[in-house]
Amino acid sequence: MKDVSLILAWRNLWRHGRRTWLTIGAMIFSNTLLVFSISLQFGSYDMMIDNTLQAYSGHIQLQHRRYLDEPKMRYALPDIDARAQSLRDQLGLSSISARAVGFALASSKERSYGLQIVGVDAQHEPLVSTLPGLVKQGRYLDPGATEEIVIGSVLARNLKVGPGDELTFLGSGFDDSFAAGVVTVVGVFESGVADLDRSMAQVNLGYFQDIFAMQGHGHSIVIRAAQIDDAEPLMADIQALDMAIDNLALRHWDELQPGLRQAIQADMTSAWFMYLVLIVLVAFSVLNTQLMSVLERTREFGTMMALGLQPSRLARLVMLETALMTGVGLALGITLGFLVTWYLSHVGFSYPGMEEMSVKFNLPDRMYPTISTISLTLGPGIVAIGSLLASIYPATRLYLLLPIEAMRAV
Amino acid sequence: MRGFRLHFSMLLRLSWRNLWRNHRRTLIMLGAISVGVWAMIFMTALMRGMVDDMLNQGIRNLPGHIQIQNPAFLDDPSVVNSIAEPAGELLIALNQPGVKRWATRIKVPAVIASERESRGINLLGIEAEAEPDITGLPAQISEGRFLESNQDQGVIIGAKLAQRLETRLGKRVVVMSQDPDNNISERGFRIVGIYRAEMPGLEEHNVYAARDTLQQLLRIEDRVSQIVIVDEDYRDIETLYRRIERVTPKTLEIKPWYEIDGYLAAMFNMMDGFVLVWVIIIFLALSFGLVNTLVMAVFERVREIGLIQALGMRPILIVYQILLESLLLLLIGLVIGNGLAIITVKPLESGLDISIVAEGMAMMGASSMLYPNLTLYDMLLANSVVIILGILTSILPAWRAAQLDPVRALNST
Repeated sequence: MKDVSLILAWRNLWRHGRRTWLTIGAMIFSNTLLVFSISLQFGSYDMMIDNTLQAYSGHIQLQHRRYLDEPKMRYALPDIDARAQSLRDQLGLSSISARAVGFALASSKERSYGLQIVGVDAQHEPLVSTLPGLVKQGRYLDPGATEEIVIGSVLARNLKVGPGDELTFLGSGFDDSFAAGVVTVVGVFESGVADLDRSMAQVNLGYFQDIFAMQGHGHSIVIRAAQIDDAEPLMADIQALDMAIDNLALRHWDELQPGLRQAIQADMTSAWFMYLVLIVLVAFSVLNTQLMSVLERTREFGTMMALGLQPSRLARLVMLETALMTGVGLALGITLGFLVTWYLSHVGFSYPGMEEMSVKFNLPDRMYPTISTISLTLGPGIVAIGSLLASIYPATRLYLLLPIEAMRAV
Repeated sequence: MRGFRLHFSMLLRLSWRNLWRNHRRTLIMLGAISVGVWAMIFMTALMRGMVDDMLNQGIRNLPGHIQIQNPAFLDDPSVVNSIAEPAGELLIALNQPGVKRWATRIKVPAVIASERESRGINLLGIEAEAEPDITGLPAQISEGRFLESNQDQGVIIGAKLAQRLETRLGKRVVVMSQDPDNNISERGFRIVGIYRAEMPGLEEHNVYAARDTLQQLLRIEDRVSQIVIVDEDYRDIETLYRRIERVTPKTLEIKPWYEIDGYLAAMFNMMDGFVLVWVIIIFLALSFGLVNTLVMAVFERVREIGLIQALGMRPILIVYQILLESLLLLLIGLVIGNGLAIITVKPLESGLDISIVAEGMAMMGASSMLYPNLTLYDMLLANSVVIILGILTSILPAWRAAQLDPVRALNST
């Protein structure tokens, strides 16, 4: 019996081949567009998150409870180096690195600039941040070396220094004492993140602690999870450890980079508004087609009911027709969307002005959409649901049909 | 002529009546067109509003529509790369009508220190009187006062910076920078005002003082970092730019805002393209339904069309009739769509609070209030795309209807 309905529904669809194809065409158009733009969106969000987090902030940080809102010298954690080491041992994860942060006035022979100076563990820092790998001139810090500094490219240009040049810096230490040092620039990094390139410098943590009289304190332990999705479970693991540090706070990347998720949210909202409009328009198309096809067949349906078919059977037939139509639209739309996206994910694409925009969001200047099961099925799936919902109204009309009158209809 | 008018009014009546023979289908199609047109205009108004806001914020932050400075200054914003205050022809041109406002500014890197903390900042020396038109800073003062003259001895800092420095209104801070001979120059300032910027990032970086006071501190008498010029509208600065450029000494560099900030220029240029793409995508999604409706309308009336053809109606009139039907459908849809868009945008024009994603918007360079901007240009664009492309897509079904063979058409069931 089931088969008969299926054959009937399929044949009914092609009684008006052109109409069916036009409706399916609307679905294919929307599905292709949705697959492409959702793939592009997901791809660029992932890249935006990765590039921003990997450059510096990491996925999780351990900080003093008040440091996030008031990043001040005195909100520091004690014995930072040993704590970081014990975390590495306990978690069996090496991508954990300690940092201390201060502000200083740096002077070269010709220029003076205020900068953020970060004491890092040169051995573990490359595992949590991409900055050490982005040294374009000279080299990164040698673990344990003192009086070495690497600085951002814009800062280097502003200070008119390069590898081999000397810088003096002045700041105030942990105990409000005077902190000063003379260091040699060994490397210049270029991250593409404007804030970092313009105002950051790194020295070894041990040296930093000496100069700034940190007494072993530091400001954060930065943790990079293997993947972004591992951040939450990792955070739970760390919470389970008893670290016995006063005023400790565990910070997820959401808190470290609040703008990131919000920028994505804002973009997502406007994108989904556009997608919904497309989906509603497809639903209108389906509603129109199915309502027409039901009204045309008033006599036919009247006869079938007179022969004893329940209205529910006929309603199911109409829904089945829609489902078949949607199925074809879904399959072709996903295929076409996949092909277009797959092609562009290899050659990449850009549009005029994209380069300037990308820099702002730490994106490369060509975009490569990423295909995933979700990006392939999410949009078309909702289009299919919308279409089925739209055919409920035509289907319910069958319950109002009176066989005798229906058979007389023109 | 009389004949044409007769034909036309007859065709119009025919089309109108045909439209309502299947009122359900017509209403559904009208629904689709209205929603599509509404979405075109509504979304565009929101995006326009956002981009306008970004551009206004960005330009006020540069600041100015046109800047004149030392050619080395943008790369190396140091006190060494200063310029003389404008004189001669340039000064005359700046004071001519057409320039809404111009001012000189000093901009140098500096370090500011309170008793507890210190931070690296941009130290800006401004002309008190011109500032409202240039950055709008005076309106952002949340505590204390704005600078009273170009010799004012106080500084204005951002609320966020005050928090970082653990200082407040009325306290003293020390500002350190360097003079052209690379000597450290420093002096104490009293904080006379605290400002709150739309972009929180600025609050931490920009510190304002009076221009003449900074000239003394930096030991650069009569010299400044930049001359900034504000025109009436940032979209239309070409005339002014050319006029000022002609009289700008060749040793100086003059730049319009879109050359100074590539991101702003990209946003500005992309906006029109984005609007067009969005309008066309929506139209394409609509076009399937439109063609479908017309194909069905023709299909139902095959016998009828055959009959009127057999009675001697010229095929071209059948094309006109179908096109007129499509045009009527589009026009009604446009009226409803435009109406909906105006009704929904107007109440939002007092501002849409999107502070829930404020920090994300700040990343894009926009503020946390969105003011939709419904422009005549965008409405005309959406309407003409729908009408022109709508008629074009209707030509095929209309033409096919006119190609029907009367004898076969009459015999079809």
